[in-house]
This record gives sequence, structure tokens and C-alpha cells, in this order.
Amino acid sequence: MKTKSRTVIGIVGLLLGILWLFPFYLIVSNSFKTPKGIFASVLSLPHPSTTDNYVNSFQALHFIASLTNSLIITVCSVLVIILASSMAAYALQRNHSKLSSGLLLLFISAMLIPFQSVMIPLTANFGAVHFLNMWGLVVMYLGFDCSLSVFLYQGTLSSIPIAMDESAELEGASRWQIFTKVIFPMLSPITVTVAILNIIAIWNDYLLPSLVLPQAQYTIPLQMFNFFGEYTKQWHLALAGITISIIPVILFYLFAQKWIIKGVTDGAVK
Amino acid sequence: MKNRSLSFWLFLTPTLIALALVVFIPVIEGLFYSFTDWDGLTFTKMVGFQNYITLFHDKAFINAFWFTVGFVIVTVIMLNVIGLGLALLVTQKFKGNNFLRTVFFMPNMIGGLILGFIWQFIFTQGFQALGNALHMHWLLNWLTNETTGFWGLVIVTVWQMSGYIMIIYIAYLQNIPNEIIEAAKIDGASAWQRFTKITFPMIAPAFTVCMFLTLSNGFKIYDQNLSLTNGGPYNSTQMLAMDIVNTAYNSANFSLSEAKAIVFFVIVAAISLLQVAYNRKREADLH
Repeated sequence: MKTKSRTVIGIVGLLLGILWLFPFYLIVSNSFKTPKGIFASVLSLPHPSTTDNYVNSFQALHFIASLTNSLIITVCSVLVIILASSMAAYALQRNHSKLSSGLLLLFISAMLIPFQSVMIPLTANFGAVHFLNMWGLVVMYLGFDCSLSVFLYQGTLSSIPIAMDESAELEGASRWQIFTKVIFPMLSPITVTVAILNIIAIWNDYLLPSLVLPQAQYTIPLQMFNFFGEYTKQWHLALAGITISIIPVILFYLFAQKWIIKGVTDGAVK
Repeated sequence: MKNRSLSFWLFLTPTLIALALVVFIPVIEGLFYSFTDWDGLTFTKMVGFQNYITLFHDKAFINAFWFTVGFVIVTVIMLNVIGLGLALLVTQKFKGNNFLRTVFFMPNMIGGLILGFIWQFIFTQGFQALGNALHMHWLLNWLTNETTGFWGLVIVTVWQMSGYIMIIYIAYLQNIPNEIIEAAKIDGASAWQRFTKITFPMIAPAFTVCMFLTLSNGFKIYDQNLSLTNGGPYNSTQMLAMDIVNTAYNSANFSLSEAKAIVFFVIVAAISLLQVAYNRKREADLH
């Protein structure tokens, strides 16, 4: 009885797994076909197969440039968010006053405001001071993403005893030294969570960068959108482009899976 | 740290400046412009509630509203049923359960824009091929009308987010002490009884979390909408976020777009505040 039900569960799992992976199979297998091959049969394996699609779409996507832009923007934004949010959370958590609870409430209320409500004045203001570029974008990501990050850091800081600060203070450490040498290292588990959540969100973001970045600084999603506009109905190229652009994400996922799952859980549950 | 100490303010300065520049100043400006005839650069006069009156008679906005509401209802139900189902499945002991976890969560790593493109291919080419091979008419001509556009968006969202919801349910399922389940087994409770009498009540908090996550995410969807259907055919599958963006950047009606965005803000904020209130009440009931 026991082994029987376990087999049934195993088979159900296998079938669902295949169903979930089937879209990936369709994309990858068709990306190796000629236009004729796709027209003849979408479901079959590529035969004959070609790698021309990859060569062409790699160039059309300006992949090296867009990958570099995505990396610079994501890494810079995430580092800035981690540093600024942990500092802010530290100041708020170690200060027990009405002012600091008011400020925390301000951070949390910012999370309620959807992007569309600020989109037009925001881009107009940054445009007026010639800041519609990747550095302006980093500032915007700090503004949009610091609330959740401050909130997460705040929760963890409350479990670090204030005696840690006090003993460092007695040894003559400045506030900045206490934070960087004593407190920040103790926050590393939640720093991983903050980093993961922001990496996923920023790497995949489309609408905000599409309003902010000049063409030379296009990230992978923006380049994909342009590419699709140019090659409508040329699925052989489009599918190779899709495959190229999801490879970095899948690799990151397989390497950092443990932390990603933890980060996503923390972000939702806390 | 003291309020008046310099270090308190220095630690807070970077985030407070960014928050002001990026969120609070623009939202106040936006609220103000929604009462003017602003064209994105200048305005000539105040128009009172004119933009708000216009939007309630704006067919595109009303259509987008009801389309979004329908989408949210269907996806909230499907995501929670499927997400919980997957969580129950992969927490059973069988070979490959960890691999399945990896597979189910994977689509969540890919951005909405690219997901929409992936499924555009599957709906227009894959479904077509399958439909012709199996002589199933309902698989033909997807994304060419409102119904298939709607279900297309639902399928993309379910494929993307089920794994995410699964992860949250797993976190709560793992908190159930094994002894309780074992004790119930010894007392002769069936698998169904154990699920309805023990598991279900004990993961109740997960429902609240997942309900509101799926609810507020559903209202805010834009990328998938853009790359899968681009609102078509004839704006019939345009959701609220997309209608607001298009009112601004396609129709260049900036003050109307701001008014729509403020209404959108009120809807989204009301959902979030409802969640906070509900959680407070539940926690109070528990104590």
C-alpha cells in the first residue's frame, strides 16, 4: 500500500515536471531550426539543426553590451541599496523615539504607492537635470527598493542586543566603526536576502529602465523588446534571442538556488 | 542613537533623499497635475475634478478595470490551489522531490517581459501545431480574441508564480510538528482527515500571505501584458497598469493618466491596508 501510493505520487510529480519544462523544450528545440523547420513541425526535435540563429541574434541583441549594462546597473543598485538601507535601519532601530517610528512608517507607506502614480513627474524631474541615464536609474532603484530592504534589516536588527554596541563604544569605537565592524557583519544572512530579492527585481525590470535609459545603455529586457519589434514573426531568430537572454538567469538560479529560495521566503513571510 | 545626534541623520540621509526624490515629491506633483490640464511639460489652468469625471466615462479604463478584476479573481484562486497542491506534492518523500521544487520555481526567475514572448510563441505556434495534430479546435488561433488573450495571460501568470506561492506554503508546511501528524496516524485518522483537520488549519496564516501577494501582484501586472498581447486585439486585453502607461505615452494625455494612476493607487493601497488590518486582527485573536 505504502510503496504503491509513493509510486503514484512519483508519477504525478514526473508528469507535472514535464508539463512545467515543456515550454523550455519548445523554445530551445525550435531555436535550432530553420524557418522552414519551424513551419514544418513545432513539436519535433530540430532536424536538420542550425546554429546560425544564435550567431545572428547574438549580434542583433548587442548581447555583450546589453549584458554589461544589465550587470553594471544591477550590481551598483544592489550595493547602494544594501549599504544605504542597512544604515537607515540601524539608525531607526537603535533610536527609540516617536520620530524613528514615524520615519519607519514613512518607509512602509512608500511601499503602497504603485510605480504608475509617480512615473511621469519622476522622469520629467530627472530629465530636467539631465539625469535620465544609468546613474539616475541607480538612484531611482534606491528610492523604490529601500523601503522593503529597510523593513527587513529593521526586523533582524531588533534581535542583535544593544550590549554589542555599548561594549564597542566603551573601547572607543565611533558610530561608523561600530556599524561597519560590529553590526553589519552580523547582518549578513539578511543581506543575502535583500541582495537576492533586489537582483531578481532589477535584472528583470522593464518599464522603468525603458523610460529612463538612452539606447546605448539598454539592458537585456529593453534590447529584447526592440529585437522583437524588429523581427516580428521571425521566430527562429526570436527564440535564439530568448534562449541567450535567459541563460544568465538560469545559471544564477542553479548556482544560488539555496539562497534564492531562502531570500524569496523571507521576503514574503517577514 | 539620539534624535539630535549628527550620526542619526547621516545614517538616514541617503535613503531619505532618494525616497523624497523618487517617491514622495513625484507622487505629490502627480496628485496636483491630476487636477490640471498638464501636457507633460506645462499646464495652463486648474480643471478641478474634470479628469476624474472623464476617467469614469473612459471606455478603455472601465474595460481595463473589469478585465483586471476578472484576471485577479481567476489567478488568485488558481495560484493558491495549484501552489498549495505543488507544495503538498514536493513535501512528500519520493525520489526527485527536490528536483521538482527547482523546476516549479524556475519560471519565477525569468522576467515578465521575456515570459510573455516565450508564451506568445507557444500559444501562436505550439498550440496551433498541437491543435492541428489532435484536431482540437479550441487550441487554434490563440491570442486573436479577448477570451484566449485572457486565458493566455492567466496561464503565463500561473506558470510563472505557482512556484513562488509553493515556496511560501512549503515554509509553513515545514513548521507543522511531525509528532502531531504521527499521533493522528496512530489514532487512525485517514490522509484526508489529517489534511482537513490538521494541515489545513495550521497553514491558515500562509493563506493570508499568499492571498494578498497574489492579489496585489495581479493588479500591478504590466510586462506580461505588454509582451504577450500588447493589450490587443483592439485594447480588449489591456489591464489597468497598461491603460495608464498608454494614456500617457501613446495618447499624450498626461493629466488624465495621472488621475487614473491616483485611482489605481487608491485601489492598490486599499488592498494592502486591508491585509495589514486583517493580519493585526488575526494576531490579536490568537493572543
